Amino acid sequence: MTAVDRSRLPEVGPDPGFRLPDVARHTLANGLAVRTIEHTSVPVITIVVQVDGGTGADPADREGLAAITADMVDEGTGTLSALDVSDALARIGGEYDVDVGPDATVFMLTTLTRFAARGTSLLGDLVIRPSLRDADFDRVRHLRLDRLRQLKDLPPAVAERAFLRMLYGTHPYGHLALGNDRALRAMRVEETARFHAATFQPHRATVIAGGALSHRELFGVVDGAFGAWTGAKDNGHIPTAAAAIEPTARPPRLAVVAREGAAQSELRIGHLSARRNTPDYSALLVMNAVLGGQFVSRINLKLREEKGYTYGARTGFDWHRGLAPFSMQSSVHTAATADAIRDSLNEIDAIRGRRPVTEHELVLAKASLTRGYPRNFETAQQVVRGVAQLALYDLPDTYFEEFVPSTNAVTTDDVTRVATQYLDPGRVTTLVVGDHAAIDESLRGLGLGEPQLLPPDPGQMT
Amino acid sequence: MLNVTLTPLDLPFTKRPLANGLDVIVHEDHHVPIVAVNIWYHVGSKNERPGMTGFAHLFEHLMFEGSEHHNSGYFPPLQQAGALLNGSTNTDRTNYWEVVPTSALDLALWMESDRMGYLLPALTRARFETQRDVVLNERRQNYENRPYGLAFMAITSSLFPADHPYHWMTIGDVDDLRAMQFEDVQAFFRTYYHPSNASLTIAGDIETGRAFDLAERYFGELAPGVTPARVGATAALSMETRLVLEDRVEMPRLYVAWHSPAMYAPGDAEMDLIGELLTSGKMSRLYRSLVYEKRLALDVSAFQSSRELGSFFILAITATPGRSLTDLAALVDGELQLLADGGPTSAEMERVTAQAEAHFLYRLQSVGGFGGKSDQLNAYNVFRGDPGFFAADIERYRNADAPAIRAAARDTLRGDQRVLLSVVPRGQHALALPGSEPVAVS
Repeated sequence: MTAVDRSRLPEVGPDPGFRLPDVARHTLANGLAVRTIEHTSVPVITIVVQVDGGTGADPADREGLAAITADMVDEGTGTLSALDVSDALARIGGEYDVDVGPDATVFMLTTLTRFAARGTSLLGDLVIRPSLRDADFDRVRHLRLDRLRQLKDLPPAVAERAFLRMLYGTHPYGHLALGNDRALRAMRVEETARFHAATFQPHRATVIAGGALSHRELFGVVDGAFGAWTGAKDNGHIPTAAAAIEPTARPPRLAVVAREGAAQSELRIGHLSARRNTPDYSALLVMNAVLGGQFVSRINLKLREEKGYTYGARTGFDWHRGLAPFSMQSSVHTAATADAIRDSLNEIDAIRGRRPVTEHELVLAKASLTRGYPRNFETAQQVVRGVAQLALYDLPDTYFEEFVPSTNAVTTDDVTRVATQYLDPGRVTTLVVGDHAAIDESLRGLGLGEPQLLPPDPGQMT
Repeated sequence: MLNVTLTPLDLPFTKRPLANGLDVIVHEDHHVPIVAVNIWYHVGSKNERPGMTGFAHLFEHLMFEGSEHHNSGYFPPLQQAGALLNGSTNTDRTNYWEVVPTSALDLALWMESDRMGYLLPALTRARFETQRDVVLNERRQNYENRPYGLAFMAITSSLFPADHPYHWMTIGDVDDLRAMQFEDVQAFFRTYYHPSNASLTIAGDIETGRAFDLAERYFGELAPGVTPARVGATAALSMETRLVLEDRVEMPRLYVAWHSPAMYAPGDAEMDLIGELLTSGKMSRLYRSLVYEKRLALDVSAFQSSRELGSFFILAITATPGRSLTDLAALVDGELQLLADGGPTSAEMERVTAQAEAHFLYRLQSVGGFGGKSDQLNAYNVFRGDPGFFAADIERYRNADAPAIRAAARDTLRGDQRVLLSVVPRGQHALALPGSEPVAVS
């Protein structure tokens, strides 16, 4: 072995070849779309049931209905009580998880391969025939009301709620999954039953199963658990997809939620910007990586490494089927609040042309997105989640193969073009959760208008 | 009685130390063309002294600022190669890891070896001061500005006397961070950051022979350093301590903390399972009784925090609006007494052992990252001197039967030797358990 040459970094070799997962598609007689993925490294299986309709399907006066309905799913089915379900999941070493997103609700179970049939069958029973008992509903609702109260103390949650409301107004994307106090108090268990009947239908769902079994075995397991699913006959009112509703344009604002004596200010800066199906997706990913999407991004280096204002700052797009925000998020030292906002807006503006992305930044951003791509396929859970995203956004089966080439095709001109088109510092909404008395004066000097003081529970405002 | 015969639970490896004392461990896994590089330094906040806290963690930040032969940020070359990377510090150890495409393994090893061997020439006062500010911000964000964020500080400072290495938080005291001297930071590096105090695991899509060649090539030239003396300390409580902390919270929460068996000591696995029995899932004793049936609590959690010098077991329970912590405390005590008297039922044992088995298996899914296979091999090597402790680790859980669990509950969860901390909304001291003394933390 020759001695190590420390005069320069070692060359990185060509990207290793990698076989992307082979996704098989099936459709059951009842219309349920099924996708299976063989993933053999460890005897574990993950099953996802993705149902169309998430927080965006909440009725206007019932924010939180989709989430509480999803929460009720493991509260019993058939002769099994909530306790029995919990016991059954534990006995197969199961990890059960629910994620209520803006466009869809995802139920996920990971278990040992030898429990594949038992676990999938249980998941099917829960999703298709939840008991939705009033006593369980009342308990779950109170837990959610109390959690809502607790969130008032959590600056990131306060910021998230208020920011969504400021960006969307009354649009169905404009609230957190948890909903609000008034709606939760008014809700009745019958409403979860109606919501379940309307949205939990085989033709509105996709089941994705991945693990150490063959496609055929995976399909068999899913068919056994979901083949008899018919959905409710009288399924009532199917909510209009939130993605199909155009948000009304709202004026730029600067607002504060007061948190007296706070050591830090929680910041959100952004505006509605893009849809997941935009043809500019790849260019936006690259642009965001340069601006604030990774550790070595412009905004993090400026606010954290150069200025020492924060532990970290990042930007990102909330990808939905419909129009969703681009935003910058950080928690900064109170005294640095106005400066951090100014620096962030300056960076958002600069990447649009005043200081366009350099060739060097472009190469770094693209490489960080593409060269590590294989590690997204290491576990069954990662692969199944990835495939669920394809189903959610109607992306082609070739998506995984195309990801690296289409990212690598992005040019500096593309980045500048999408930055100009999708980012607009003149249109941003800026929100601070922080010590109002300490920051108010400096905020006035930003030129963003009069800071508006929001109520302490901004979830209730419209 | 884990049912391990049906599932292969194995974590094979090869270990060979370099001449300079660096332990090198290799594990092959060719499913995905990635390799994990994982380095543990056997140093944590337990190696600090009162008045000089926060070094180990601040140091983790400085390790990303550049080294002699790559005198700029640690992230750019690795991210450009498609790496995912991070580091963390706790009381007992500091770890650093990269997950890289197989093609970038040389780069990752070059970078890690350069900062192990040649950090100080690149460590400037300016970098030190910037990262100290970043840490102060991290502290504000994760502790000071977060509900219940100071509770752990209050608990550990009460469980452990002022000179015990677990008395202070890993993030450090604000005054200590501000007073920290650049020269002391340099000395800290010389003492703890060298091959004789480190363990390197390379796991993933790489042949074992080639991995050892590369380890020798990049790390073999580094000076060995002196293995630091092990820290030793014991702590015990002689009574029950009741504390109250006022915080910006809506609901009062009660924390109960006990000293418990050290990591891997007899009783450690049992305490881990007791945490599951008490609070994991709706069927767990405390959740079922206090959240599900009586609806007196909003949430409850309990876990064994396994540590090298001696662990602690912490239970936290949040009252629903209008409920009293005193009532909750009495009900919790009743459940703990039942467990200590009668032990777990066979149904409970079946449930927790099934979960334990599954968790061992789930941990085999990733080569890198926190808790992945490379991290586990280093943990076993650093704390047990044996990367092959995986099988024995499973054995610990297999042997944790109902009588052993009952005994652990009886020995550890004692009513007369514990810390009770009430965290209550500001200005509502009266919601605390009777007789609670205010505790000052910041």
